[in-house]
Amino acid sequence: MAEAEQYNFAYLDEQTKRMIRRTVLKALAIPGYQVPFASREMPMPYGWGTGGVQVTAAVLTPSDTLKVIDQGADDTTNAVSIRKFFEKTAQVATTTRTPAASVIQTRHRIPETPLAEGQILVYQVPIPEPLRFLEPRETETRKMHAHEEYGLMHVKLYEDIARHGAIVTAYAYPVRVEGRYVMDPSPIPKFDNPRMNMAAIQLFGAGREQRIYAVPPHTGVVSLDFEDYPFEATKAAAVCALCGSAESYLDEVIVDDTGGRMFVCSDTDFCAGRRGAMDAEAVA
Amino acid sequence: MYVAVKGGERAIENAHAWLAEERRGDPSVAELSVAQIREQLALAVNRVMAEGSLYDPDLAALAIKQARGDLIEAIFLIRAYRTTLPRLGTSVPVDTGAMACDRRISATFKDAPGGQVLGPTFDYTHRLLDFMLAAEGKMTPAPQAEPRDEPMPRITGFLNRDGLIEEEAPSDETPPDLTREPLEFPANRALRLQALTRGDEGFVLGMAYSTQRGYGRNHPFVGELRVGTVSVEMEIPELGFAVAIGEIALTECETVNQFKGSKTEPAQFTRGYGLAFGHSERKAISMALVDRALRWEELGEDNAGVPAQDAEFVLSHADNIQASGFLEHIKLPHYVDFQSELELVRRIRAGAAADPVRGAAE
Repeated sequence: MAEAEQYNFAYLDEQTKRMIRRTVLKALAIPGYQVPFASREMPMPYGWGTGGVQVTAAVLTPSDTLKVIDQGADDTTNAVSIRKFFEKTAQVATTTRTPAASVIQTRHRIPETPLAEGQILVYQVPIPEPLRFLEPRETETRKMHAHEEYGLMHVKLYEDIARHGAIVTAYAYPVRVEGRYVMDPSPIPKFDNPRMNMAAIQLFGAGREQRIYAVPPHTGVVSLDFEDYPFEATKAAAVCALCGSAESYLDEVIVDDTGGRMFVCSDTDFCAGRRGAMDAEAVA
Repeated sequence: MYVAVKGGERAIENAHAWLAEERRGDPSVAELSVAQIREQLALAVNRVMAEGSLYDPDLAALAIKQARGDLIEAIFLIRAYRTTLPRLGTSVPVDTGAMACDRRISATFKDAPGGQVLGPTFDYTHRLLDFMLAAEGKMTPAPQAEPRDEPMPRITGFLNRDGLIEEEAPSDETPPDLTREPLEFPANRALRLQALTRGDEGFVLGMAYSTQRGYGRNHPFVGELRVGTVSVEMEIPELGFAVAIGEIALTECETVNQFKGSKTEPAQFTRGYGLAFGHSERKAISMALVDRALRWEELGEDNAGVPAQDAEFVLSHADNIQASGFLEHIKLPHYVDFQSELELVRRIRAGAAADPVRGAAE
């Protein structure tokens, strides 16, 4: 394959990969802390997963099996594009099956099937700073993290309750990692937050903002809340119209122009797996 | 009935094929060559080199062709290519004082050693459409003269002799490299200048303009603007001296800014500096104005709280590749986030309906 030979394995040069791996190791050593790194320009736009792509490129080995999802689905256009990028530049095996993947790059979802030890989940992150919309200056937010000064965040959550009767953050819901750093879980729905307590390694790459952070396996991740207003992982009160799952996170699909709608699993692999099992049962 | 959609891959391939067809346009019209773009759209090529941070007119012209003339897209192609190139070494600083100038003007002195050289400029053209160009009229060659070969010393050097302008302290410190280290604040001047020279021309222009309109006014004069070629030299360890490896075209602007003095500094003029690849005057002048505005702290000036004085604001938003990527990413699917917002809004509305007193109070 002539094109693949023009680029190093997984596109990035070895020095860059080493720099990213060092950053990843530091991030794993300080769970939830945003480590600055010299993000490179990638052949896809900033904001389209360049941070995740760089982290994946740095952790990928030739024997890995890669899965790429966007909104939980393997076949959304940007997931297809990123998967093809690694097929071309790293020639690794790819899969859509969650248990078969050793590295999973994701945007906005955690797969429904629980991840196991040995797997790596790489998140694409647009704005890594959970305090950014409370304080736009990086020089200030870094100080706030250093001093564990998270009062502003609690005031924001309190004001939400005072004004709306509920915390009005539905995705990118802030978490506290191992009782220390407040962290942005990337724009996953808050439904996924409790599932960040897992056996797999979680790495977060923000390319444009030049930050990497991580949650090591079995690390405590707690969604911020109040005793009298406990965190609640919510989803649409419906079941998947295709596989019948009542537990999975659902996407709403508009089916006609008279208000008709249906709900389907956002995780396409999970949904297809359940339907496959149902078909097998029907045959048996 | 909805079925899970497959076929994103084919849709992408077909979209790319269509794009290639659109790029070519009407096949009965002759195709543009890269050389034509390089020679005849040279200012576009210069901008792509400057903001792409790669001096290669042929690649910049190719990028413009591939990007269908979208310069930010072309800059992106150059940046993505640049990042794959190995670093062979670092040149010695280029000497713009020894520039072979095509153009050199000063707005502060009527004449100075080396003279005022107007060069190829739009400045005094009347902006009337030239329909002869549409008719592919033949070019009349410009009059020729012997080039002036006397040295062209820097204008600000004359002011410096009298101590009327701040001294630029020489430094052998290795400047930080924006493309190899994450941008962190506070950013020193070398780093700020790096960010500005590759920053979006429109953004830097807008910031500079804001200072002229009173948002951090710093009274700039174009002390000197020079456009021309400089030699690029590199130390070769085996040889023990520097050898010229090529030459590049640059535009350099030094502004002289009014300054009344502060608690710590006597009254004297101060400087703003702009430098860009190729012939890029608007960019170099804009850069010099913004550079000067960002220097408020080291000059002991007041922070007027204006955008152009705010290094974190300016440097974080100057890069058009970062900006356009993030801006355009909102085209990507956000089904999941939107769904979670839908749930939340429905829940809150249901709560308000069930509790009308509370609902009315809000």
